[in-house]
Amino acid sequence: MTPLSHLDLLEAEAIHIMREVAAEFERPVLLFSGGKDSIVLVRLAEKAFRPGKFPFPLMHVDTDHNFEEVVDFRDRLVDRLGEKLIVAKVQDSIDAGRVVEDTGPRASRNRLQTTTLLDAIEEYKFDAAFGGARRDEERARAKERIFSFRDDFGQWDPRAQRPEIWDLYNGRIRQGEHVRTFPLSNWTELDVWRYIQREELEIPSIYFAHEREVFARDGMLYADAPFLERFPSEDLFVESVRYRTVGDLTCTGAVPSQAATLDAVIEEIAATRVTERGQTRADDRTSEAAMEDRKRVGYF
Amino acid sequence: MSAPTPASTPATSGTQTHALLRLATCGSVDDGKSTLLGRLLFDSKAIHEDQLEGMLAANELLGGEGIDLALLTDGLRAEREQGITIDVAYRYFATEKRSFILADTPGHVQYTRNMVTGASTAHVALVLIDARHGVVEQTRRHLFVAKLLGVPHTVVCINKMDLVAWSQETFDRISAEVRALTAVDTIIPLSALRGDNVVERSDQIPWYDGPPLLELLEGIEVDDEPDAVGLRLPVQYVIRDGDVRHYAGRLAGGSVSAGDEVVVLPVGRRTTIETVDTFDGPLTDAHGPLSLRVTLADHLDVSRGDLIVRPGEEPAVSREVTATICWMADAPLRPGARLVLKHTTNSVRAIVDSVDDRIDVATLQHIPGSAELALNDIGTVRLRTSAPVLVDPYLSNRTTGSFILIDEATNDTVAAGMVV
Repeated sequence: MTPLSHLDLLEAEAIHIMREVAAEFERPVLLFSGGKDSIVLVRLAEKAFRPGKFPFPLMHVDTDHNFEEVVDFRDRLVDRLGEKLIVAKVQDSIDAGRVVEDTGPRASRNRLQTTTLLDAIEEYKFDAAFGGARRDEERARAKERIFSFRDDFGQWDPRAQRPEIWDLYNGRIRQGEHVRTFPLSNWTELDVWRYIQREELEIPSIYFAHEREVFARDGMLYADAPFLERFPSEDLFVESVRYRTVGDLTCTGAVPSQAATLDAVIEEIAATRVTERGQTRADDRTSEAAMEDRKRVGYF
Repeated sequence: MSAPTPASTPATSGTQTHALLRLATCGSVDDGKSTLLGRLLFDSKAIHEDQLEGMLAANELLGGEGIDLALLTDGLRAEREQGITIDVAYRYFATEKRSFILADTPGHVQYTRNMVTGASTAHVALVLIDARHGVVEQTRRHLFVAKLLGVPHTVVCINKMDLVAWSQETFDRISAEVRALTAVDTIIPLSALRGDNVVERSDQIPWYDGPPLLELLEGIEVDDEPDAVGLRLPVQYVIRDGDVRHYAGRLAGGSVSAGDEVVVLPVGRRTTIETVDTFDGPLTDAHGPLSLRVTLADHLDVSRGDLIVRPGEEPAVSREVTATICWMADAPLRPGARLVLKHTTNSVRAIVDSVDDRIDVATLQHIPGSAELALNDIGTVRLRTSAPVLVDPYLSNRTTGSFILIDEATNDTVAAGMVV
């Protein structure tokens, strides 16, 4: 038998994590954004639970500020899977007065997702939520456990994390608490892309180079969209771009690229000298500890 | 659902076939560990430009000059404010030959639990020694923890060689001290700050003819197939497909094929493996730490926590366990304590019958007659469990020989245990 490749080993670990969660929690949920990491999570769930059904629904925390291509993709994927999708709308949190929306050109619903997510976890009584976060994404995440404990308020306390020894995960919680579980903890961005290639997974078209009307802000390219206000100096122009991460449209930037195939995208990413979050996520650029601060209050 | 193409092994569908090496670094506060890691990441191009900019900016704020690579690994706000490493951080880098997962563990005495955590899954322990100070208590502690946790390889880096004028005599003296303590694979002289012998060979050390650290790590052979005790398949999850029950789990030892005679423990019923499957198709002669599922020829009542083994290769089935544990809670462990023991996919209640000894990790002496274990103490305990556990000695199988203890009142993980 051929030795296992590093993708085989990462896959085996992720499947083991998913089955542990399914076995030890009563009401897990898989957080699905339509981005590449959550697409890989879905494939791993198929590997872990087929020929049975998934023992959990998928949930999309939806800001309504989406790329259309991603929502179309999401609906087709869920159709093919035959699994249940819950859509938790940030708009509902706004309408219910749970959160107040920012206005102006820098307004983004990204921050508001935390409230919608925590409300949905409470409403459906979820006790575990699969996320696609990876430790290579960001320094605060580098210290996060695979089973990451959240208190009654959804908060993460990096100084009070349970030690995670061998592959023995401690999923014991009290009522009202929950655990975020990260099967892709040990994957890198490149691993995710190579896995997409190996598994021949379909991904939203915006990950490949396409012509788009964009404007430049803070060294990033933003898509033109009705709900994204521009400053007077921000003129639109057409550029060949692709997205490296897929998040809320108002805080996710595109990169100039001609890479129209998976091979070309992988080649570009292998050669890049900038991290994906640093290159394309405005939400992580606000301060040195932006991610840690958002995570502490319950963000993904 | 798409129809998966059957494959004899998952590896045949893989595009990249280099394996994964898990490293754990241990170091004291000032022996330059973070600098070494930063150097490995930086020189292997795993550090990106925006991370570099962040480090430059942060270091400027702290009044430093240039790049402090420690800022790359110390990611939490409190760590940057206090200039210390609090928690295990995981880092990833890859070369043409191999991918690496590096668990960076703080070296403070009070953080033994982090060292145990990092070492628990490691193939290689990287132990750093400051050439100016030689072997100190921390060094002995790290070497011992690596040995205790059964880390297969230990590589010792004698760092800051530039500060001892690249002295071969100093290197030889420290090496002799290390080898007198325990067996290690390799001892390397290097300077993390200057980059000598980390990725590039040093021209300052003509008397050392071994490879630089990264090249050495690329070449270390790891065996992901613990076969010492034979087939071990803990049943993790039952997948129902109509009338068919698939027993899913991650292979913890040996190999499994359709047609194999097996015993399901703890009940001890004999049966035959009917199929060995994955989403990608059936497997033949599956081995290595694979997540798979099997069906059995007979209709047995098998559930999570059961263990599938080969007849004649059964582990101990017992309600009494003697183990070396590392205690990780603030309140000391005393005989009579009631805890939850999680072992493979099985959780049972356990009572601590006795604390037989405490191990001085600096001298490796067993100190008998200890009545309790304090935070970060390592010692031997005897446990009694509410139901039989199926254990192997830890040194024969790191999966079926290990367990954690959980405090039911706080739900905290309070100990790591290794079956003697």
